[in-house]
Amino acid sequence: MRSIGLAIGLIAFAATAQGQELKPAVVFDMGGKFDKSFNEGVVNGVTRFTRDSGVAVADFEVTNETQFEQAHRRFAQRGQNPIIGVGFSQGNAVKKVAGEFPNIRFTLIDSVVELPNVQSVLFKEHEGSFLVGALAALASKTGKVGFVGGMDIPLIRRFQCGYEKGAKFVNPNVEVLANMTGTTPAAWNDPGRGGELAKGQFDRGADVIYAAAGGTGVGVYQAAKDRGRLAIGVDSNQNHLHPGTMLTSMVKRVDLAAYESFKAAKDGNWKSGIRVLGLKEGGVDWALDQHNEKLVTAAMKTRIDQTKADIVGGKIAVHDYMSNNACPN
Amino acid sequence: MSARPAGLPRWVDVGLIPACNVALALGVAGLIVLAIGESPWRAIRIMVTGALGQGEAIGYTLYYATNYVFTGLAVAVAFHAGLFNIGGEGQAYIGGLGVGLAMLALDRLLPGWLLAPIGLALAALFGAAWAAIPAWLQAYRGSHIVITTIMFNFLAAALIVYLMVNVLIAPGSMAAESREFAPAARLPMMHEVLGMVGIKVGHTPLNLSIVIAVAAGIGVWLFLWHTPLGYELRAVGHSERAAVYAGIRSRRVVVASLCLSGALAGLAGLNEILGVHHRLFLNFVAGAGFTGIAVALMGRNHPIGVGLAALLFGALQQGGAELAFEIPSITREMVVVIQGLVILFSGALAYWLRPSFERLFARGSG
Repeated sequence: MRSIGLAIGLIAFAATAQGQELKPAVVFDMGGKFDKSFNEGVVNGVTRFTRDSGVAVADFEVTNETQFEQAHRRFAQRGQNPIIGVGFSQGNAVKKVAGEFPNIRFTLIDSVVELPNVQSVLFKEHEGSFLVGALAALASKTGKVGFVGGMDIPLIRRFQCGYEKGAKFVNPNVEVLANMTGTTPAAWNDPGRGGELAKGQFDRGADVIYAAAGGTGVGVYQAAKDRGRLAIGVDSNQNHLHPGTMLTSMVKRVDLAAYESFKAAKDGNWKSGIRVLGLKEGGVDWALDQHNEKLVTAAMKTRIDQTKADIVGGKIAVHDYMSNNACPN
Repeated sequence: MSARPAGLPRWVDVGLIPACNVALALGVAGLIVLAIGESPWRAIRIMVTGALGQGEAIGYTLYYATNYVFTGLAVAVAFHAGLFNIGGEGQAYIGGLGVGLAMLALDRLLPGWLLAPIGLALAALFGAAWAAIPAWLQAYRGSHIVITTIMFNFLAAALIVYLMVNVLIAPGSMAAESREFAPAARLPMMHEVLGMVGIKVGHTPLNLSIVIAVAAGIGVWLFLWHTPLGYELRAVGHSERAAVYAGIRSRRVVVASLCLSGALAGLAGLNEILGVHHRLFLNFVAGAGFTGIAVALMGRNHPIGVGLAALLFGALQQGGAELAFEIPSITREMVVVIQGLVILFSGALAYWLRPSFERLFARGSG
């Protein structure tokens, strides 16, 4: 019985290796496909892959934690391959199911599972946050910049720490005001509270605020527009939301991670292991487009480009909060 | 629980009318599926086979039903005492916390056969303790139980987030999760148990909690209708003043019934933490506490009814997931609409068809 299963597995594997029957699938995080931020980035990457290759991609949005494992197993049983798990909450599910289906390739975004058929994709959010922190300090006239985080978890403190370090890098005297929106997952989607926190920080003198808070950020950007101050977007390029008051966005290219995983599977050069995407790999970056080019002066651009080159070249090492769960001064 | 109107055979009341309600709900849901351009027949077939079609589907359905039995019984017990316990969500959450704390402390010291009863006891104890405060406030201070139990849901969420983010988080973990328990600290999975006696089924989260759920249902039935305290509880529920006049100490009964209610809800935490996930994390109750209210209402607050309603809700949850899986244009929000319609027709509109049936049967017998 087992040998038959193995034989079927091998045939299936051979077929996919030739790129004949690629059946990719995505399991989205609790936020859902259209969160204008993290999950939607993956949707964009998947859409691009389908457009380029003509291969249809199956997907599933979970409604509770138990369904992560169920969804991965169902996709694996149907022979979907490769399967992308979006978000760190899926680590345990991918670990379990990838162990049961050694012939199916899994890609996990934002967490690590060390199995021979799993590709783990991590991002250096602190490097991107460092850059936008530096830009915030350059653009600030009051010498005070703000940060609004989503749920208070280590990942968001990593954004915050990178941002603070970046701001202090260009202006050692800058003051960074920071608030977290909440302690439950509702904090990812609370624009009202985001707006109130932003107004509070504006009242205390901040004139640039970086929101790393998913859907909550929308409220922060609106508050910046209402007060005529500046805001910085996150994950996707959100510059277009309010042209004129969006200083920039810290883009995290989850779309690239999804696209490249499927593309590599199609071309037969998919690899397991850990991929860490930083500034150097184009995994994180700051966004400059027609919506914010008037806000970024030539001098600012030169300075940020130089800082970016220094980080890429290794001259500046950005502290990673999650390396020791602390943000030293 | 309400008196059956005369002239309606019991099989119509408990069998035919609910079946018609579900059929009506599926009919309206079918129209919606048709409106977005999919085949209603295919959708219903996927939902039914997805929930009951094969071993794995049944396993998931029963796993969801296990939670709903616990929370549904919790609401039903309180309801018999005339109390509306909306705090099942928080009580289950805290019950799970109790299990988790015990396992994190003891899982490397004690064998599995000892850990399981400890987990069971602590889930019930923590759930009961979380219900005891609103119960005391209701009985002795007159604070309305609906308000306080809702508030305690939020308190439970805030407390657990604080503990998970600051105290219990596994070192180096991105998600707010505790470390995984040692292998001894878990309830046996159903596929393992069945595998031992030679029956092979797929991996599902179904575990021995379902046996505890069935036992809890029988226990609640015995308690409510065959013990003095159960009698007192129902007496207080029917008329507190009459109960007091009869010499029943109603305040104690209120506190006791809510503690029992909280203990039952807490067991849903046992299913999730010790049965399925073997670690503490955020939001593991995932709405089962609120679904329990609908389960109890639909099950007419009787353990057998609660069991059947829990099965229906479990099947809806599992079949709905399969639906979203197989037909991409039916999103998870659409699935919620379909589930909502079933709840609307068989719960909220339960008495809607009754007059027509009464007329029909009156004519038939007359």
